[in-house]
Amino acid sequence: MARNMNMMKCPMPSQAPDVRNRNFNEVALGYTYEMAVEEARRCLNCPKKPCVSACPVQIDIPAFIACVAGEDMEGAYRVLSASSALPAVCGRVCPQENQCEGKCVRGVKGESVAIGRLERFVADWHREHSHETPAAPEKNGHKVAIIGAGPSGLTAAGDLAKLGYSVTVYEALHLAGGVLVYGIPEFRLPKEIVRKEIEGLKAMGVEILTNMVIGKVLTIDELFEEMGFEAVYIASGAGLPRFMGIPGESLKGVYSANEYLTRINLMKAYLPGSKTPIKKSRKVAVVGGGNVAMDAARSAKRLGAEEVYIVYRRGMAELPARKEEVEHAEEEGIIFKTLTNPVEVLGDENGFVCGMRCVEMELGEPDASGRRRPVVKEGSEFTLDVDTMIMSIGTSPNPLIRSTTPGLETNRHGCIVTNGDDGLTSREGVYAGGDAVTGAATVILAMGAGKSAAKAIDAYIREKNA
Amino acid sequence: MFTIVRKERLNPTVTKMVIRAPFVARKAEPGQFIIFRAHEDSERVPLTIADYDREAGTVTIIYQIVGGSTMELDAMREGEDLCDFVGPLGVATHTEGLRKVAVVGGGVGCAIAYPVTKKLHEQGAEVHAVVGFRNQDLVILEKEFEAASSRVVKMSDDGSWGEKGLVTAALEKLIQEGNAYDEVIAIGPLVMMKFVCAVTKKYGIKTVVSMNPIMIDGTGMCGGCRLTVGGETKFACVDGPDFDGHLVDFDEAMKRGSMYRDFEQHAREASCNLLRKEAD
Repeated sequence: MARNMNMMKCPMPSQAPDVRNRNFNEVALGYTYEMAVEEARRCLNCPKKPCVSACPVQIDIPAFIACVAGEDMEGAYRVLSASSALPAVCGRVCPQENQCEGKCVRGVKGESVAIGRLERFVADWHREHSHETPAAPEKNGHKVAIIGAGPSGLTAAGDLAKLGYSVTVYEALHLAGGVLVYGIPEFRLPKEIVRKEIEGLKAMGVEILTNMVIGKVLTIDELFEEMGFEAVYIASGAGLPRFMGIPGESLKGVYSANEYLTRINLMKAYLPGSKTPIKKSRKVAVVGGGNVAMDAARSAKRLGAEEVYIVYRRGMAELPARKEEVEHAEEEGIIFKTLTNPVEVLGDENGFVCGMRCVEMELGEPDASGRRRPVVKEGSEFTLDVDTMIMSIGTSPNPLIRSTTPGLETNRHGCIVTNGDDGLTSREGVYAGGDAVTGAATVILAMGAGKSAAKAIDAYIREKNA
Repeated sequence: MFTIVRKERLNPTVTKMVIRAPFVARKAEPGQFIIFRAHEDSERVPLTIADYDREAGTVTIIYQIVGGSTMELDAMREGEDLCDFVGPLGVATHTEGLRKVAVVGGGVGCAIAYPVTKKLHEQGAEVHAVVGFRNQDLVILEKEFEAASSRVVKMSDDGSWGEKGLVTAALEKLIQEGNAYDEVIAIGPLVMMKFVCAVTKKYGIKTVVSMNPIMIDGTGMCGGCRLTVGGETKFACVDGPDFDGHLVDFDEAMKRGSMYRDFEQHAREASCNLLRKEAD
């Protein structure tokens, strides 16, 4: 087969910006079969495989791409699923530019191979063409409990189930998926895809119990003593939203990004006739510059807001969001007010938001994070005309588990302390990973932690029973 | 799963339901709450636990029909299953070491005031219950309060039940009679709790109130239930729902509670129309 030496990636077919910013359908439409094969032939199959070492779950990337190039899509899927429990999700939401694609040799001159788009294609192809249900592996007679059905918990569950463990996942919400269902919007990650991936795990024998808030309904000690689990993996995420502590944050029309996105995604407030209310906004300010801020801004636009601002205290170059997300937001008409910081939310006589006092910032000397510290420009105060403000300045881990588990060490941010390598906490048999340990990070890092923990839990239980 | 074991109309707008939820029943304590969803497409609605039976594995909820979601719940019958029922959430009411307590309940808030009254009574504390309703037709749990407190003061707005007047006046009278309460626990409409706190502040009596703001997940995730307590932002779902009433910013809480009033009004009408159609 002929190698494709085109310097550029095959472009991703997408909905036009002025169409998609009025609907919640997926923005990126996915490669066609021909595009995927053509793009796969850009891979040089180089001996060092730098892409694999940059993947948190170490997918054998050249092997799956070789299958695509050779038009063996089922073979490609087998390679993916050997390492990833959620390939259709990762192909969509991983920051590939900082991971696999960032290390791709083709990226030295020109663009890297479109690894993420190919991963997505293979997972979608499998979902649409394969009707085999994965067989439940033979049980080994040992029980593991997982707290939280988000990306980290589901990954650990999948890996442990493959090894024969009886795995029970406890989920606090009424639906499994964690941030994949309450946070990331439909237009970036259709919920039907998440549902199908979770169904695959259930077919492998993973039990998922929803409506179970561990720390309240059962403690970790009770999971061991009464329920007979031999190990527990805590993957409860970082769900507690932060606010700025400025005047006016309690006004009606100030949301945390978590609340705004949960109403829209989990509770389906975007659908006509939904029973969940959400404010019909005219002008919206989203405070923050991460991926969640982009999701909130783009959702607000789709709900019909005339003007949506991203208000961020540093510059465009410092935005923590993925470049692709920033570009998509700009294309959809989101206005970036960078080097701007809110100092007060203004309210009308009925307690609704009617504006936001802001100051302009400039960048000074680098701070502890290595980024230049934003400082207030003297006399730069101005009012932004908005009726909704969405706070997207980060989240902290939930206190429900640490406050009910004696002997579980946490740091001053409330994150669970582990040995760093495999997620072992200060309690025997208790492992933790994902945002509950790192604070808010990415889906794929959480999945990587789930993989390491599954391996460590398997080794721990084997050794204990040897 | 979460089967409605018993459904009983307490007054024209207030209903009691006993729900099978063994895991919740095992741990439930007075002051904690649950979140239910009637159906797959329903809202998540928080309700404070009114009673529980650990052996039978049941939890009792008492609700007033106020909007679309409670109307939906009220249309369900004994034997049917709720889609979701999660709890117990929030921090239980602190009762340890209390020897003499006044529990003030207003309207449907009495449903929440009752379990803590019962618990204090069982612990051997002297409990005075001050319960108020708009009129006799709306009275709930009269016998239960009588059985669980050493004194019940009954108040109504129009004098059709007990004495005519407000619970705040009745409480003040008890205090003036020389009753030295370790604590006052007030549960009812925000405005009632606000004025109970105004009375007890005057006498320097610690007062605990139970807040029930708008919330979604009930586990600290959305921040929708935030309140200002002593100048700090608190989440009712994980830090509460009980708070020191002398520190709560009630005016702000009242404003926040009206965020979706127009939407709720429409939802209520839509549910009414739907039920009317079903009845035809």
